[in-house]
Amino acid sequence: MRASLFITCLADTLFPQTGRATVAVLERMGVEVDFPVEQTCCGQMHANTGYGHEVVGLVARFVRVFGEAEVVVTPSGSCAAMVREGYERLAMEAGDETLAAEVRELAPRVFELSELLVRRLGVEDVGASFHHRVTYHPTCHSLRLLGVGDAPLALLRAVRGIDLVELPEAEQCCGFGGTFAVKNADTSTAMLTDKLRRILDTRADVCTAADSSCLMHIGGGLARSRAGVRVMHLAEILASEDG
Amino acid sequence: MKGGFPQAARASLADSQLRRNLGHATSTIRAKRARVVGEVDDWEALREAGAQIKERALRHLDVHLERLEETVTRAGGTVHWARDGAEACAVVAEVARAHGSEEVIKVKSLASDEIDLNERLAAAGVRAVETDLAELIIQLGEGDSQSHILVPAIHRNRAEIAAIFRRELGVEVSDEPSELTAAARAYLREKFLSVKVGFSGANFAIAETGHVVVVESEGNGRMCTTLPEVLVSVVGIEKILPRWEDLGVMLQLLPRSSTAERMNPYTSIWSGVSDGDGPREFHLVLLDAGRTDVLADEVGRAALRCIRCSACLNVCPVYERTGGHAYESIYPGPIGAILTPQLRGLDQAPTLPWASSLCGACYEVCPVKIDIPSILVHLRGRVVRETKAEGLSERAAMGAMARVFSSRRTYEAAQRMAKLGRGPLASAALRPWTRSRELPQPPSQTFREWWREHRA
Repeated sequence: MRASLFITCLADTLFPQTGRATVAVLERMGVEVDFPVEQTCCGQMHANTGYGHEVVGLVARFVRVFGEAEVVVTPSGSCAAMVREGYERLAMEAGDETLAAEVRELAPRVFELSELLVRRLGVEDVGASFHHRVTYHPTCHSLRLLGVGDAPLALLRAVRGIDLVELPEAEQCCGFGGTFAVKNADTSTAMLTDKLRRILDTRADVCTAADSSCLMHIGGGLARSRAGVRVMHLAEILASEDG
Repeated sequence: MKGGFPQAARASLADSQLRRNLGHATSTIRAKRARVVGEVDDWEALREAGAQIKERALRHLDVHLERLEETVTRAGGTVHWARDGAEACAVVAEVARAHGSEEVIKVKSLASDEIDLNERLAAAGVRAVETDLAELIIQLGEGDSQSHILVPAIHRNRAEIAAIFRRELGVEVSDEPSELTAAARAYLREKFLSVKVGFSGANFAIAETGHVVVVESEGNGRMCTTLPEVLVSVVGIEKILPRWEDLGVMLQLLPRSSTAERMNPYTSIWSGVSDGDGPREFHLVLLDAGRTDVLADEVGRAALRCIRCSACLNVCPVYERTGGHAYESIYPGPIGAILTPQLRGLDQAPTLPWASSLCGACYEVCPVKIDIPSILVHLRGRVVRETKAEGLSERAAMGAMARVFSSRRTYEAAQRMAKLGRGPLASAALRPWTRSRELPQPPSQTFREWWREHRA
């Protein structure tokens, strides 16, 4: 299989280690990875903040850049959901039926990383080892928009040496929500604080998830409180070979 | 509305008693709902049926409403049409006056709160007496207001309620629930037996047969709709069901979604008046109050499917922390965030569509499948395009970001500037973020720089 990596603007700019890990895991599984350098951003922040009309061009750009791909893979449940669930509506709202049809054709080939591994490639053991206590936060869009189910957990359970502990009330939002985190900073912080309390209660060293954005939020809270707990993207744990 | 939701939420978030009361109440009812919904094998099919029934009702609303007028009139009722709250309240006041009554006993009704019925009746010299226990607590509590669709006093615990009863009813009660309800019962019983005018809203009104349906738990609704001489019901036009058999679906969806019961204790159904049984006069007031405007929005109008179960409030992580008062409307929570701005006008509640992290928990539980997150996003777009509520600096920032992402050249240039802490991509470093969260340090090498160096 040849997969085109959609890195997301956030991971590209701020979390390149997530992208490198994604490439490493896929190649270990025998997937050939390419990276179309013309890609930029999926436009989700604009669309979800009420500026969808500003980013119809990004929909067209995505289709142009990835249209020929065998499969598109991204280490973000949220950005995958934007393409699969949000793009057609953006195109229709702009009155561009041709673009909407192109989106419909491409969308089924767009996968979040754990979906591609478990549902498409049928693997759960990717040969990783990671000797730490880990708790997993299922991000809202991977759970409720994409329906990845327990694919990330299945992958984590197969990691050698991992001490995987369940996060209580795991399915509650961490309070990120894109611009919600700044437009409603107080409410967002209250949600984050409850999430952090539950993470700390697990005594985990690492909190992992399938979205860099939610991890940036949770990690930003953990770092601010000097909690001594770090966040790692799912791909980084799957890429780990610490013996 | 001055600072809107963000400002109102700040006050609620600081109330530790409120946070504790809400956290306890919502997590309890969430678990109960999940249990009783899990018992129903065809829950998803029921939800789909519920959604389709309401869609059908809304699509030909004019036809169903005229049918309802005809069937209610034939059954001996009188139908009134109210364009707004003032018109609806005037009908209620006029009925009370015609019957020489200075009091009206009320079944819990959101529509009545939406149109400030109690205040408007008071201005006309008529006192509205709430008979639902929680509504009574709110009415007696000084300066209090509802904070939940179904459990309006959810922000109160029983110690606070006991204090209100001691002060307002002059009774000696402990905070034992049985003592509190006994005190309310003694007060209300006298009202049920003496007040001549009853008032209700409705959960459903059936066009085909002219039946009005009130679903409740305490029996006060049965009292108010059967004991008085005359009954007035104010019903939003979206409450209509086309056919009698539609009710079967709704009565399965509503109790499990709202009180997490298999069936609610009291369901009162009546059409018009019956000789020697119940009120001798029945008035049905069909209320628009902005609903026709909501119908005009093809995406937003799905909000009118709502059957007021409040499942979306109980699962909402925002509501669980801010409570209902932050929404500054009788309709709080996710459904309120899409309903209030549409009913009042976007410029009257422009911050509400943003009072959500778009986590999607509300859509998952909605018994009539209202895609609340998509409607929130749609309304955000309308606020941006149709009002001046979103400031120029945000518009400028969004425009600049859109230009950055429009080409590889501008995007890569912005990435280089971000490393130096400058430019549009670094402007994410907003103070509201850093007040409670660290920002990640930009790495020395972006992913694409690594790719070019090692792979390309």
